[in-house]
Amino acid sequence: MDTGEVRSFNRTDDPEQDQPRVLKRSLSKEDRVYEAAAVAGGLSTLVILAFIGFFLFARSSLVFSEVGWGFFTSLSWRPDASPPEFGIVAILYWTVIIAIIALAIAMPLSVLTALFLVEYSPRSLRGPLRALVDLLAAIPSLIYGLWGLFFLQPHLVGIAKWLSDHASFVPLFRVNEPTFTGSAFIVSVVLALMILPIVTSIVREVLEQTPPGEKEAALALGSTRSGMVRSVMLPFARGGIIGGSMLGLGRALGETIAVAIILSPSLVISPRILETGTNSIASLIALKFGEADELSLSALMAAGLTLFILTLTVNFIASFVVARSRSGAGVDA
Amino acid sequence: MRNFSQTRDETLPTDVPRTLRNWRVDDFSLLIGTALAAISTTWIIYTALTPATGKTGFFLISYIAFLFLYVMTCTLELGKQNAFDNMWTVLTWSAALLLLAPLTTILLYVIIKGYAGLNVEFFTKDLSATGTLDSGGGASAAIVGTLQQVFIAVLISVPLGLLTAIYLNEVKGRFRRPVRMFVDAMSGIPSIVAGLFIYAVWIIALGNVFSGLAAALALSILMLPTITRTAEEVLRLVPDGMREGALALGATRWQTTYRVVMPTAASGLITAIVLGVARAVGETAPLIMTSFGSTAMNANPLNGAQDSLPLFVYRLIANPFAAQQQRAWTGALVLVIVVLVLFTIARILGARASGKRR
Repeated sequence: MDTGEVRSFNRTDDPEQDQPRVLKRSLSKEDRVYEAAAVAGGLSTLVILAFIGFFLFARSSLVFSEVGWGFFTSLSWRPDASPPEFGIVAILYWTVIIAIIALAIAMPLSVLTALFLVEYSPRSLRGPLRALVDLLAAIPSLIYGLWGLFFLQPHLVGIAKWLSDHASFVPLFRVNEPTFTGSAFIVSVVLALMILPIVTSIVREVLEQTPPGEKEAALALGSTRSGMVRSVMLPFARGGIIGGSMLGLGRALGETIAVAIILSPSLVISPRILETGTNSIASLIALKFGEADELSLSALMAAGLTLFILTLTVNFIASFVVARSRSGAGVDA
Repeated sequence: MRNFSQTRDETLPTDVPRTLRNWRVDDFSLLIGTALAAISTTWIIYTALTPATGKTGFFLISYIAFLFLYVMTCTLELGKQNAFDNMWTVLTWSAALLLLAPLTTILLYVIIKGYAGLNVEFFTKDLSATGTLDSGGGASAAIVGTLQQVFIAVLISVPLGLLTAIYLNEVKGRFRRPVRMFVDAMSGIPSIVAGLFIYAVWIIALGNVFSGLAAALALSILMLPTITRTAEEVLRLVPDGMREGALALGATRWQTTYRVVMPTAASGLITAIVLGVARAVGETAPLIMTSFGSTAMNANPLNGAQDSLPLFVYRLIANPFAAQQQRAWTGALVLVIVVLVLFTIARILGARASGKRR
């Protein structure tokens, strides 16, 4: 090897040779099988989701041909009337209402808990508390429902009664009849407890990523801890808080058994959340499935499709917002 | 710190580390004093002014009174800024304490209600020969059903979930962004929708009957995202140096994943599976339309309606008779114990998985 050849490596005068080498992957047969399997596995999620949408849609065509757009405009759901009536508006209304109330209760609590876990708690408490939050998420919804119905409801009825007696100047707290069991309020409180863990852990994850430099800068400028939290941490975590709460909303919209155990079904749209009678799509499906004939089964499928699209949309927006808010951490892809 | 002072001056009396705690006795007395004041105020309100509304109401009102009094006294003592600061501290502490309330009451309530029915017979007999008013009988059919359904669901969802996680983190295929988004979205689909879907496909379109297998299919849809997300996070913890080392030594990609990455992440992957199982074991809604439930033992998951613990509880709790309700509570207790055990296993394995790598 003489020097001339070495120089030609560093500085080529010949433009023919000044080409980047083409990098080619040559995989063994084993690896090709492996990668194909992994791709198939990865795409299975997309396929399953597409299938769910497709089959629910196919099965609900019967009711759409029967009642048409009335499904989305009518209030009453009476499979045994003649002709049978299927309208989802009232049920959808209550589904959204209880999810929103649940979120309104869970949101401040989970932001405060997340702040506690990240900033305020003694270091030794953090691990156990995190485990507790995860454990709350692991308890089956059936158990929440039983506990809500038998243990929590008697306590909450007292509060509901008190609110309706002393705070009825707020339209929400007015009641027509003094019955308080199975109301939107009680269902929402149980739902709030159920979505608390997931919202808390998302908010916590985002809060943990607050740049320490900014926190220290705020403290060094003489801010109190609460001032630092409000001016640095909360603004930084805003995306995560919004996204986390939307994920919680998605969960609350789709929760079935706990709601089905507690609520007393109602098809009346009213703002009186303390009064007996509310509804949700998921619990409607669970409660009506056993007695459904072909047409009302198709109507339940249509209700399921509505719920599917609703939760999917909410979740997509949520994961988009959360992914964007994790500044820096999400750019590995 | 101590070493420093010892080398400099052995006789220095202040050889004690400074405590960094910024709480003073005053703060504690302020806190306790206002708490007492709040409780007594509420007491007066309760006994003299408004009719009683139960313990919960008492607690709520005294908490609000406490917060108000505390902020007021702090403003007088320490100024507005510090009062505000203290209020935030108190709020975050109370939110965290409030979390303990549902957890402890759920566990205690289920234990108290369910303990009475917990005996050997509960695990060995089914309800086929037991009338609604009789005592005796048990949940053996339900327990067998749950075990079989969850086992089949694991067989389906674990390979799929691990493959998806490998796709996301090892193969790093072209579609990993949409796949990750869809896995996220899938973790949010209502369990009842999964049940309806399996009913529409497996039972209506393909003409099968209610069976444990159908339930397992629905459960695996629900387990899949949990397993995928957790497994992906665990795989991400495996250092890249190990992959590069294996590839540089001439291993194929498959060998790298199977022999190097997966053994390294083994305990974390098991955590992922256990968490998936914990999610599936308590699901009730999809089972209503897939395995339907039954009072008799059906040990064949491929054919015919099959019972399971959540369905057992859901069905019997609606029953007006005390004996049936008792069984439901005992079933709930068994369910909670199973979930607790699974959760503890997952925590221990998970702690080991992350401890190894730090």
